[in-house]
Amino acid sequence: MTKQHANWSPYDNNGGTCVAIAGSDYCVIAADTRMSTGYSILTRDYSKIHKLADKAVLSSSGFQADVKALQKVLKSRHLVYQHQHNKQMSCPAMAQLLSNTLYFKRFFPYYAFNVLGGLDEQGKGCVFTYDAVGSYEKVGYSAQGSGSTLIMPFLDNQLKSPSPLLLPAQDAITPLSEPEAVDLVKTVFASATERDIYTGDKLEIMILKADGIRTEVMELRKD
Amino acid sequence: MKLDTSGFETSMPTIGFGSSNDMLDGFSTVPSFDLPRTTDFDGFQKEAVQMVKPAKGTTTLAFIFKEGVMVAADSRASMGGYISSQSVKKIIEINPYMLGTMAGGAADCQFWHRNLGIKCRLHELANKRRISVSGASKLLANMLYSYRGMGLSVGTMIAGWDETGPGLYYVDNEGGRLKGDRFSVGSGSPYAYGVLDSGYKFDMSVEEASELARRSIYHATFRDGASGGVASVYHVGPNGWKKLSGDDVGELHYHYYPVPPSTAEQVMEEAAAE
Repeated sequence: MTKQHANWSPYDNNGGTCVAIAGSDYCVIAADTRMSTGYSILTRDYSKIHKLADKAVLSSSGFQADVKALQKVLKSRHLVYQHQHNKQMSCPAMAQLLSNTLYFKRFFPYYAFNVLGGLDEQGKGCVFTYDAVGSYEKVGYSAQGSGSTLIMPFLDNQLKSPSPLLLPAQDAITPLSEPEAVDLVKTVFASATERDIYTGDKLEIMILKADGIRTEVMELRKD
Repeated sequence: MKLDTSGFETSMPTIGFGSSNDMLDGFSTVPSFDLPRTTDFDGFQKEAVQMVKPAKGTTTLAFIFKEGVMVAADSRASMGGYISSQSVKKIIEINPYMLGTMAGGAADCQFWHRNLGIKCRLHELANKRRISVSGASKLLANMLYSYRGMGLSVGTMIAGWDETGPGLYYVDNEGGRLKGDRFSVGSGSPYAYGVLDSGYKFDMSVEEASELARRSIYHATFRDGASGGVASVYHVGPNGWKKLSGDDVGELHYHYYPVPPSTAEQVMEEAAAE
């Protein structure tokens, strides 16, 4: 008798794309609001962006149930941190916490492709990009999700900055101003929506600056 | 099989509130890896690994010579055919006198090297002296051995300078640990070995050795599609490690093999000069 294989998988992919761009004193985090399963759309109005701390915002695509679970773990760890240290977690600290949380489930991974955006201790924008099991890297910009292969090459073309590994060191922050960065994000999503079936409906953009967070919403194609 | 979970011990004290304190449940007890409850663990791991597709494909190398240890690596991370990053740090600074290289699964290498750094620091505090390269590599090898067969992918070299002089060990996810004075790990390693072995002499100066290391990485990135980005070179001496160079391999190509100006360009240059 042939070996029976599991007909049920604990994972599903709800699609969607997330992008983040770091600036000299701001960070832009954006994601579409379409949630799909297979060829069906579950909802056109699902936010993939979650504020974890004042200066750290997480955007995740992939399996939204795992994303929700991951978010809950991070939120509660942050609360405990606040009680113990009497301050909010900084973005680099949250970045390492997220990496460890993801690796904690190395043998039964969170199917979540994350981008963490925020401001570092000096007030400069920072973006951290992750794989599903927690390897992470500080970058100037990143895209994750179903439209990432469409968006990343374009962001490389527009924003590619000298690698942080070069010696003598050169800055990885984009030279764009905040309105230019927001405009760029709108442009890339409009293009990604054209060619990726899982991206579309609405675009939610969060702009983080030292004085607070601002949100913008833009309509995308709904087909 | 007793899994080594010391990496997950939190500094939070256990709180004896009983089961009413839901928020802290799960943090105060000794944590362990979440394991899926399936009948076919290996098959599930295989599928999970396929889904996650850890970053593979790399070139790293390290060698011992008269002046210490030279460590070099590329910076490309690939997921299947997609280049997920051109700026990955594959040389990990465990502490000011020890380096680790990363090959295989990016998350596995990052996590276990960070964990190793913590263990080395605890050793220093407990024993009032620095840990040896031999000791650090053994700690890592033992940790990885306890997860043998579970799908970790780690091919790393621990390079450092301790009381016995320069030290270099190769450690992998099977729990294997080899002492040696020349290693290269990754998909680009055959190409790197070719250049490294033919140019190696024990009595090299730091400049010659760093140029050899850089050249070896460059040649590997030239021929191996899974290697590329920036070639970083580090030197570990008696006073610790120091980063010597970080060069984009695309630019290194024209540095090593400059394009001679063609006849038409030469004529135009002469015409402009007149």
